[in-house]
This record gives sequence, structure tokens and C-alpha cells, in this order.
Amino acid sequence: MSRFFVCALVMMLVTYLVRAIPFTVFRRKVRNRFFRSFLYYVPYAVLTAMTLPAALYATGSMAVAAVGLLAAAVLAYRGRGLVVVSLASCAAAGLATWVIHLLG
Amino acid sequence: MSENSGEQSNTVSRKSEWGEGLRHGFPIACGYFFVSFTFGILGATLGFRWWETVLISMTNLTSAGQIAGVKTIAAGGSVFELALSQFIINLRYSLMGISLSQNVSEDVSGPRRMLLGFGITDEIYGVAASRRTPVTTPYFVGLMTLPYAGWTLGTLGGAVLGDVLPKAVTNVMTLAIYGMFIAIVVPAAKESRKVLFVAAVAAAVSCLMYYAPVLSEVSVGFAIIVSAVVAAAVGAWLFPVEDGARETAEEGGACRE
Repeated sequence: MSRFFVCALVMMLVTYLVRAIPFTVFRRKVRNRFFRSFLYYVPYAVLTAMTLPAALYATGSMAVAAVGLLAAAVLAYRGRGLVVVSLASCAAAGLATWVIHLLG
Repeated sequence: MSENSGEQSNTVSRKSEWGEGLRHGFPIACGYFFVSFTFGILGATLGFRWWETVLISMTNLTSAGQIAGVKTIAAGGSVFELALSQFIINLRYSLMGISLSQNVSEDVSGPRRMLLGFGITDEIYGVAASRRTPVTTPYFVGLMTLPYAGWTLGTLGGAVLGDVLPKAVTNVMTLAIYGMFIAIVVPAAKESRKVLFVAAVAAAVSCLMYYAPVLSEVSVGFAIIVSAVVAAAVGAWLFPVEDGARETAEEGGACRE
């Protein structure tokens, strides 16, 4: 087998097992209060940690990213759904890019 | 007759579960298309053949791990180094898997979980774990479908076409994913101060790890784990919840759609 296939196989296996094993093994509801609370907070903690500060550097311009993120936050606060918030964030950032281009 | 209609409504609910998953997967797919497009370009620049890059995307379905992986392969790194970097960068998926297991319908069997586990990515996890009603198999399959297609096609596009899309377009589209994260966290934080607190701690730790001189050397995947574990643990310690699901329903957090 060529080196590429060995490497691709290793990548696939490690990535898959790290995902699937805990998900498959943990089947019962957690009873421990601390651990249950911990798991309740994990999604919000993970998503926030992935967004800040990484998102500010995602577009190559911090101002453009900030406009997009702010638009997303305002619409999300007003209760808009995932698709709307997500696409509006891109649209606002696109608009900001264009404005900066005009000014610059 | 009544049995018949029961069966019918079961089919309908399975279909609507699948449809809802599909709908929720759409913004993820958009973001993935553009992110993986840049991955395809990277693969081509590093000297991979187009099908090699696409194969890696189809079997891994993760951004940071793949980027580190192709760089290691291209630099002639050892298989051990490759495995270790994949393990560390992707370890966060173990945490997500445990967290998600608490929000999966109990009738989802072990073998099915092994299949669905493949689809745990940052974004798919985020949407599924914050869903108000327990995640069912059709919902999760629906949720995985478009992002998987987007990830594969984006990689193909990037690997074959290279730099055809204007940089401004790809740059802006990468925000689709972050916009979605915001759409999940903000409504939950608006209605629960506990969630707001946890999110604020996570942001603070994450920024600290990004900007602090020594800590910024840590890999992105690992930094996410540390930030999330610290924030969720502080939250659990200061504001324990009685029942995660009920808490969400009462406070009206989580994903609304």
C-alpha cells in the first residue's frame, strides 16, 4: 500500500474512533448532578469558544467580520432562525466588504 | 383503521424529522462548501491529486484535523506524529459525543450510534445538542446529509478549480458557520443568565488562550476543549441544574426552529 493510503487510513480511523466511541458507550442518562449540569452547559461553552476570537480572524478583515457577527447577534436576539441569521451574517459582511472597497 | 392512521402519523413524523434535520443542515452546508473549497486549494498547492484530497474529506469530515493532516503528510511526518496530531486536535469530538449522547432519543440503538457518530462535527453537534426535543435517527441523518455533500463538493471544487472564486466571496461565506453558532447561543443566553455566564467565561478563556504568549502555542482543537471544560465546569459548580432538558424548556433556551 502506498504511503498516502496508510496515512489516509490512519487519519480516518483516529478521527472516527475519537468521535464514535464515547457517543456509543455513553447511553444512559447521567445521574450525577455536577456532571449533568456540566454536560448541559457544554454546547454553549464549545460554540462560544469556537466563535471568539476565531471568527474575528475568519474573513481577513476584522471590521468585516465584526459587522457580520454583530448582524448575526442582533437577529439571533430577535429570535430569527438558524438559516436567516447565518445568511444575513454573510450578507452584512459582504456589504461591509463592498463599502470598505468603495471608501478605500 | 386506528392502527393504520397511527402508522401513517409515524411515517409522517419520521419524514418531518428528516426534513427538519435537512433544513437545519443547510446553513452548515453553505459554510462547509467554502471552508472545504479552501482545503481543496491547500491540497492542490501541497501536491496532492484531486481525488486524494476529496478522499480525505469524505473519510474525515473535519476542518482543523484535515488541514494539519495534509500538512504533516506533505512534510513527510511519521505515521505516529500524524495519529497523535489527529487525536489531540479531534479529542473535542469525544467531549461532544458524551454531551450529545444525553440529548439522543433512547431508542437509538448502539449500532446506529456507531454510524451516526461519524457525523459529529463542531457544527452538526452544536445544532443537535441544543435541540429542544431529543435527537432521532432521521433527524440526525437529515442534519448530516447536506453538510457532508457540501464538504465533499467544496473540496472537489477547490482541488480541481483552484482559485476561481474571488477571495472576497470565500472570505465572507466562512462567516456562515459562525453566524449559526451565534444563532444557537444568543437566544439561549438571552433567556438564561446561567448560559450567558457560561458563554462569557468560555469567551474569556478562549481569548486568553489565543492571545497569551505561551498559551497561544496550544493547538486550536485543544484550546477549544480547555475553554469549554473550564466554562462548563464553573457553570456546573456555581449554577447546577436539576434537569438539563426541563431547564431548557422552562428558561426557553436552545434552538428555536
